[in-house]
Amino acid sequence: MAFDQNSKRIFKVVGSRPPRPDGVEKVTGRALYGADMTAPGMLSGAILRSPHAHARIVSIDTSAAEALQGVKAVVTSADFGVPDDEFLRDVQDNCMARGKVLYHGHALGAVAATSAAVAKQALALIVVDYEILPHVTDVDAAMRPDAPVVQEGRSLENVGPGLSQNVTSYCEFGHGDLDAGFDQADLIISRSFKTAATHQGYIEPHACLASLSADGRGDLWCCTQGQFFVRTLCAGILGIEASQLRVTASEIGGGFGGKTTVFIEPVALTLARKSGRPVKIVMSREEVFKATGPTVSSSMDIKIGMTREGRITAAQAQLRYQGGAFPCGTVEMGAQAAFAAYDLAAVQTQGWNVLTNRPKEAAYRAPGAPMAIYAVESVVDELCQQLALDPLAVRLMNAAQKGTLSSYGPTFDDIGLRATLEAAQAHPHYSAPLRPNQGRGLSCGFWFNFGGNTCVSLNINTDGTVGITEGNPDIGGSRASISLMAAEELGIPYDKVRTIVADTSSLGYNDVTDGSRVTFSVGLATIEAARSAIKVMCGRAARIWGIEEDAVIWEDGCAKPAGPNAGAFPPMSLAEIAAVSANTGGPIAGHFEVNADGAGVSFGVHLADVEVDPETGATKVLRYTVFQDAGKAVHPDYVEGQMQGGAVQGIGWALNEEYIYGADGRLQNAGFLDYRTPVASDLPNIDTVILEIPNPGHPYGVRGVGETPIVPPLAALSNAVSRAIGVRLNELPMSPPKVLGAIMQRG
Amino acid sequence: MVRVKIWGSLRPLADGQSEIELEARTFKEVLDQLGARYPALRPQIKRGVSMALNGRIYREAWFTKIPPESEVVLMPYMAGG
Repeated sequence: MAFDQNSKRIFKVVGSRPPRPDGVEKVTGRALYGADMTAPGMLSGAILRSPHAHARIVSIDTSAAEALQGVKAVVTSADFGVPDDEFLRDVQDNCMARGKVLYHGHALGAVAATSAAVAKQALALIVVDYEILPHVTDVDAAMRPDAPVVQEGRSLENVGPGLSQNVTSYCEFGHGDLDAGFDQADLIISRSFKTAATHQGYIEPHACLASLSADGRGDLWCCTQGQFFVRTLCAGILGIEASQLRVTASEIGGGFGGKTTVFIEPVALTLARKSGRPVKIVMSREEVFKATGPTVSSSMDIKIGMTREGRITAAQAQLRYQGGAFPCGTVEMGAQAAFAAYDLAAVQTQGWNVLTNRPKEAAYRAPGAPMAIYAVESVVDELCQQLALDPLAVRLMNAAQKGTLSSYGPTFDDIGLRATLEAAQAHPHYSAPLRPNQGRGLSCGFWFNFGGNTCVSLNINTDGTVGITEGNPDIGGSRASISLMAAEELGIPYDKVRTIVADTSSLGYNDVTDGSRVTFSVGLATIEAARSAIKVMCGRAARIWGIEEDAVIWEDGCAKPAGPNAGAFPPMSLAEIAAVSANTGGPIAGHFEVNADGAGVSFGVHLADVEVDPETGATKVLRYTVFQDAGKAVHPDYVEGQMQGGAVQGIGWALNEEYIYGADGRLQNAGFLDYRTPVASDLPNIDTVILEIPNPGHPYGVRGVGETPIVPPLAALSNAVSRAIGVRLNELPMSPPKVLGAIMQRG
Repeated sequence: MVRVKIWGSLRPLADGQSEIELEARTFKEVLDQLGARYPALRPQIKRGVSMALNGRIYREAWFTKIPPESEVVLMPYMAGG
């Protein structure tokens, strides 16, 4: 759907900052999260997890657990079928190991009992005979031909010879003559980088309540970013029809991509089916770390050539991502995003996805992009340092813009990178003085954004209020944004609109809340649903006035005669038309269903100032500013919140967060005490500057904003730290021991 | 007639070409003809592809019309978080 050509539209409601509609319930503790639902006769479920990184399951004896008083069901992979579909089989095998355990924490059995204590006791009675196998957790080691093989036969046709079977796929993008480009360079820098796996770190652990009655009808209540996708997966795994399984999404305590799949839901449903009773499973924090998806870890080589004036002549990247024990496609996103910010005559990116004995990766905000862009932006910064060039001026000189052939293939339409860079250049932050041991870093960021399947139903209530039903869990303020767009289109106050998130039986299929798609897609569908309702209301007014429908227009929340020739009737407000709807044809509603496209790519620029303690290697973030193109900021508070939240998660990724494995392949830091995320006291206020370059693919010009802000912080922090200590770091996280080591090596 | 650009790792599966000329009016016709002409591309098409039409990315819309002289780029199927 195209941008409304009435581009000089003055928004009356969109762009305002009303209080969040879920605020009172959340701060008073009344909001219902995944673990808050209960049911009569409910059982507690618990899951047995592998103590080994890689082992064959020789046998599982559940007889003692089944005999324990209070135990109502025990399940293993024998209680599941084997789906024909490979993707579904992987999802199921990740929820319940079949034949082999593939990582430390992999589920291989589950119990439902009358209490959590009995369930825990029963888990200890399950006897498993393991044949321990060699394991591999490092991506480079896993690619070697002699590496332990995590799963056999999973390599796609595009993987070249000479690599381990752990390499599941290969991709390559780019254009131009690399050799000629590097020949034109005055300076070429090649560097290798590594980044650790990090977890999305949502506050709320996964939780669900499942019931599946003898007649085959099921209900599932869970915290998820996509109840419809949960239904697809669970119905497929359990072999039941989608219409017989109703999935309701709870309030969600964070997801960031990590709740776009299932981990415990099929297990709870299988326990419910076997026991005949509702079953609740709530993950512990340790289970979340061990058995839900962190992002990939990576190993990367980057080569970039630049003239002494700062023009990039050629750029090349080789990216190796490990995504845990099951195939993933994350490197394809990284390979496409790596050089997206630049207008390049010669560019090539190559990527390999690799299996290791780690938990299956899950999406994490702009999956695959942050690490690739970290490596690229680090080399660009080093080139600027060595050539004594201003890093922001160099980025402006090379910035992609409308008409640029992107590094991943398409030619860019309207994009906001140049405007974003110019805003950063003009901002006082960029020219503020720095003191000893302090450094300033800069990075561009990019994400594709997309739309997807979306349904919205908009009901005009007889008292003149409006109810909107949509199907995407609200992880970033979408209920407020959707209400704002409906109010804008209908011409009524925001507080007359309430938006709710429906279960899977109440609407057609909605894609997962991901890809920064909801404000864009659901907003677009809401605008169209409102326009549909307006058409009905204009028709009702026309009938009341006895004039033709097309002689009525909608303006400022009222139906009005289109002109003097249409008749002299006083405007009828939405409330007045709604009040007599029973007399004029019945309830008034609008709905819209679409597979939305045209989301519009998003760019951001981050500036970071840090101070490094030369005695300890600890880094303190002194000042941080985010510049991002939002297309149109529907609710600026939430847009700023997304920008701030993404920046903070990226700061954690850059400075401290990492999955640490021992030589035995076991995860050593499965808890927030040892997995260090930034907290408020670690951070300055994150300043934000919203730019609004309208997206041509949305009626109000909206672009997704949720993912781009996690992309730049990795390089912004690395460039700042490297400039502060006078030596460049090529590995994340830059935890104090690593920074101190670099300082000591520098001498 | 449209020229469809394909990404680098697909080129060995399409006789080494980086651009393929097709008679196609929609996204679906592009996919059908690519699969018919180059059977080695079928596994990737089945796994999922997106299409960028004049810079705008379409993930699934089979019947998206392709105007003459459009820029058509095949891309991997997009995923997000």
